[in-house]
Amino acid sequence: MGVLLDRFDVFAGGLWLTLQLCLLSATGALLLGTVVAALRISPVPPLRAVGTAYVTLFRNLPLTVVMFFAAFGLPALGSNADFLRIPGLDVVFDRLGTDLPYFRFAVIALTLYTASFVGEAIRAGVNAVPAGQAEAARSLGLTFAQNLRSVVLPQAGKAAVVPLGQAIIAMIKNSALAGFFGVVGDLSSVADQLTSVEGEPFLPVAVGISAGYLLMTVPVGLFLDRLEQRRAVLR
Amino acid sequence: MSVLFEVPGPRARRLTRIGSGVAAVAVAAAAYLLVYRPLADKGQFSPAMWGPLVDPSNESFALVWQRIGLGAANTLLAAALAIAGSLVGGTLLAVLRVQLRAAQSRRFAGLAAPVALLLRVLSRVLAAITRACVEVFRGLPVVITIFLAARGLPELGVSFELDLWYVVIGLTVYNMVVLAEILRSGMENLSRGQGEAAAALGLGTAQTTWTILLPQSYRIMLPALIGQLVVVLKDTSLGFIISYEETMVIAKQIIGNLGNPIQVYVVVGAGFVAVNHLLSALARHVQRRLAERPGR
Repeated sequence: MGVLLDRFDVFAGGLWLTLQLCLLSATGALLLGTVVAALRISPVPPLRAVGTAYVTLFRNLPLTVVMFFAAFGLPALGSNADFLRIPGLDVVFDRLGTDLPYFRFAVIALTLYTASFVGEAIRAGVNAVPAGQAEAARSLGLTFAQNLRSVVLPQAGKAAVVPLGQAIIAMIKNSALAGFFGVVGDLSSVADQLTSVEGEPFLPVAVGISAGYLLMTVPVGLFLDRLEQRRAVLR
Repeated sequence: MSVLFEVPGPRARRLTRIGSGVAAVAVAAAAYLLVYRPLADKGQFSPAMWGPLVDPSNESFALVWQRIGLGAANTLLAAALAIAGSLVGGTLLAVLRVQLRAAQSRRFAGLAAPVALLLRVLSRVLAAITRACVEVFRGLPVVITIFLAARGLPELGVSFELDLWYVVIGLTVYNMVVLAEILRSGMENLSRGQGEAAAALGLGTAQTTWTILLPQSYRIMLPALIGQLVVVLKDTSLGFIISYEETMVIAKQIIGNLGNPIQVYVVVGAGFVAVNHLLSALARHVQRRLAERPGR
């Protein structure tokens, strides 16, 4: 178990990098996912088709394929994802500004992939609002946007929280893939680095890595469980 | 029709048509300038890149598709084994957890006091252990469980000839726990009368679980089960971290020889989307059928 204490900085650094990746991708996925959900429930048929196509595509592709596309496709388009080098933001998230683009590619892939699940979670929340609410709003003469803003979305938020949380948990776990796609120093690449390159004993490293992921996923999961239970009583 | 908006009238339909037309032209122009031109300049649409994948007269065509077929077969094999394993393991785990929960409220009144106390402590401890296992394996990324299986099991003296088994074990451990939780919540959300009626007929806890609760829970969770199959199919592609020869590893080998990553991933991705979309459609269909059937 010595390696856990001796190399604590490596584990902590890995955890921090994974956390950075998750924070950035979660923000991106929530924003993009909201747009996707808006497309899917919009009154304009072509926009609905675009939203549906997006969700069908990204929900059914393995994240591995999305990551490969980010890693091979973007360079072929002549982009190193430099638009993510946002001044100011790269002070905290230092990997955003590096010359190696793999961290930025991983953020893009995770964002695109997770946005489809976030969009579906929000849409499920909207669908969970009783139809009478939207109908009443329409009969009062509210437009689509007014209806959403002041009647449907405030109620949809409650029903969407749990599926949204589950999408974020899944995203945290999916971020482990980044370590196998050239992102150096996140939790999963630390596992590989310490065991196969530096020859540290396997078991303690496995414990350390697992603890790192559980530290992020279990609290969110327990929080969601509690939320769900409280709601079940209320109903 | 959605309840969120009125059926669009003639003016809205006309606006939609005009707007879509303009947007389609704009998107096509952007796609041409930002996607097609850079790719075409790099020769990504050349026959040399696509030929092996789409042109039957190409010398590599037969071999490439033979390899992709092998990869697809391996993906399906790993997914089938993993889903079968998770179903068996998940059922056992769900039953165990329901039984342990039932045992916790029993007082074992007919037994001597020390034995009863021991049994009560034991049931609590076992319940806590299974709960912890569920939380741990639900919270770990599947890449990590596959990695742990491939590296950890040989360390513990369990090693397999085939990489397949590490992938299957890694996938099973995770999905077993997920399915167990779906099944368990299915059993606990059944109406109380089901369990009470079984008890009134004189069935024991185990009999009640196996003959009354579990079959109904299976029916409710059938759509979720098919949905999980989609997840498993996608996750078999994580086998690439230990070089299990599934579709993605084969794709990588082809790319290593022909140097056409974008084209190969387009083909492989299209295959995944097609199969998984069909499975999702099946899940929705089953769900609708179950919802229609009365007297659940």
